[in-house]
Amino acid sequence: MKKILLNRDFILFSIILIILIAVGFANPLFITPKSISDVLTDTSILIILALSQMIVILIRAIDLSVASNLALSGMLISLLSTVHPELPVYYFIALSCVIGTTLGVLNGISIAILKVPFIVTTLGTLSIYRGLIYFVSDGKQVYSNEFSEDFLALIHFKFLSLSFLFWLAVVVFIIIYVLLNHTRFGRNLYSLGGNPDAAKYIGVNENKYIIMAYSLSGFFAGLCGYLWVARYSVASTQIAIGFELTVISACVVGGISVMGGVGTVLGCVLGALLIGLIRNALPAVDISQFWQLAISGAIILLAIIINTKTEQRKEKTIMVEN
Amino acid sequence: MSLIPDKPPFKLLDILYKKEFILFVVLVSILIINSNISPYFLDLYNLIDSTFLFSEKAIIALTMTFVIIARQIDLSVASIIAVSSVVLGYTTSLGYDTWLVLLLTLLSGTLCGAFNGAIITKFAIPSIIVTIGTMSLFRGLAYSFLEDSYYNKFPKLVGELGGGYLYGYIPYAFLTFILLAFVFAFILHKTSIGKKIYSIGNNPDAAQYTGIAVDKYTFVLFTLNGLFSAIAAIFLSGRLSSVRPNIAFGWELEIITMVVLGGVYIYGGSGSILGVVISIFILGMLSFGLGLLNVPGVGIIIFTGLLLILSIGFPSFVRTLRRKNE
Repeated sequence: MKKILLNRDFILFSIILIILIAVGFANPLFITPKSISDVLTDTSILIILALSQMIVILIRAIDLSVASNLALSGMLISLLSTVHPELPVYYFIALSCVIGTTLGVLNGISIAILKVPFIVTTLGTLSIYRGLIYFVSDGKQVYSNEFSEDFLALIHFKFLSLSFLFWLAVVVFIIIYVLLNHTRFGRNLYSLGGNPDAAKYIGVNENKYIIMAYSLSGFFAGLCGYLWVARYSVASTQIAIGFELTVISACVVGGISVMGGVGTVLGCVLGALLIGLIRNALPAVDISQFWQLAISGAIILLAIIINTKTEQRKEKTIMVEN
Repeated sequence: MSLIPDKPPFKLLDILYKKEFILFVVLVSILIINSNISPYFLDLYNLIDSTFLFSEKAIIALTMTFVIIARQIDLSVASIIAVSSVVLGYTTSLGYDTWLVLLLTLLSGTLCGAFNGAIITKFAIPSIIVTIGTMSLFRGLAYSFLEDSYYNKFPKLVGELGGGYLYGYIPYAFLTFILLAFVFAFILHKTSIGKKIYSIGNNPDAAQYTGIAVDKYTFVLFTLNGLFSAIAAIFLSGRLSSVRPNIAFGWELEIITMVVLGGVYIYGGSGSILGVVISIFILGMLSFGLGLLNVPGVGIIIFTGLLLILSIGFPSFVRTLRRKNE
């Protein structure tokens, strides 16, 4: 019982419940099923991106280019849809994923083959990909009336009164859960992050895994490119700007260690839900939107300090036992 | 027994293999190409005015060089500029004396930097993740304080510093950068402080065992980075004569590019101020030249990103190839 109470994911879940109840007292409208389903829909893209970022963070790296990748993939398919509105929506989704994966592979190649440190690579591609959006779009926006109906329809599909986005996030959660916990690929990712040298000695090809992790991150960024554009029915040079920080904070809050090799898929989703909840709850309790950035910054710092403290304590216990 | 000399013997050929020399060649070729393409490039007044585009970033790049050589990184500098600029505008609006306004502005940046340093050293958390956090925290504080309004009144001295010239020729911001570059080059290359920073960057544990107070150095470097961000904030606010919370957005990337392109190893332990100064001129002259050719700012952003990745990727790729051949 004590083990459950001290479990990280359980604590995170309790915090989410407490916030939900507290905000509910201040503003009962916030905890109606309709409003909660809206929060879930609003958080779905964050959940998907946090899960794919988790794969990268597990191997001691970070992908700062996800938001730019998302925006570039989204812009490219939007531009195509204005020229060829007759194409089926699945075509655009597939294309968006292909573009995203390609951009991710480029990151991976730069890091694994050219040996450019991940921070330099993804900071660089963060601005290159963002810059390319201006380049391809000429700085113009694609507005909602320029998309075909088919392009936007899928996103409004509902099942059990929950949105398509939410169900998609559930599917991605299941896929990544299985991938990380029940496949050789997933366990090797954990071992690479936990101890890269040991992993190499047992025959894990580090470069291959770096490229794979970044292409997965790119794939989901591409997928979210379509989702983002379709959900807000607009593609501009500014979409999702700075969103990579929200994604990383979701992971950090979810207990994914930036030192690599530590973190659960469930924790990652809960971290994303907590961030999404706070973002949506601020207006409900009359806190200005302008505070959002400062509050997310404070949450990242707090979460990382708590994470490090607990990790350091664990390390000490191991030393005593030896 | 043969003696090992303190310094390797001087060979003219060795200079050719130095990073600084390669950077210098790149700079000269950019100058030649630029002056051939645009007749306005080699105009003395134009060249002097072009320094306004990079002097503020260059000032921060100096302390950032120290931070990166000590195996750390600071992504929050642009957000510290935002905080300090807001403090500058706010204290002016309260009607404080100029010296007090400047003092409080510098203090705000120093405190932000010290906050970074304290969390990094006290909790032993990697600086990249701490400064990702403070990057949004500091920027967020500027937003929550200023919301969608702005400041456009500053002390007269600030406007003069930001846009003025000494003797009508040398911009104050550029002059400050050059003087500071000499000071920093001296500290890094000629004093024991500099040697200690290199050894911290090469091997923090070994540095700790030899008696260097690694945490103290780290803390001071981050505090210094905050102070210099505040100095840059004063020049920048004076030059723009308006402060919004999104001021200097994305500058952390450009500043890190300046340092890394200058041959400072991103994982610490090597690099020189001379290399960074040359790379600052390369980037400055490049964007000035591209601007004269009417290439939009976006083109420059893409180019900078590519340059950053290739400048590190190309040499290491060649190294790998050579190793394979052996």
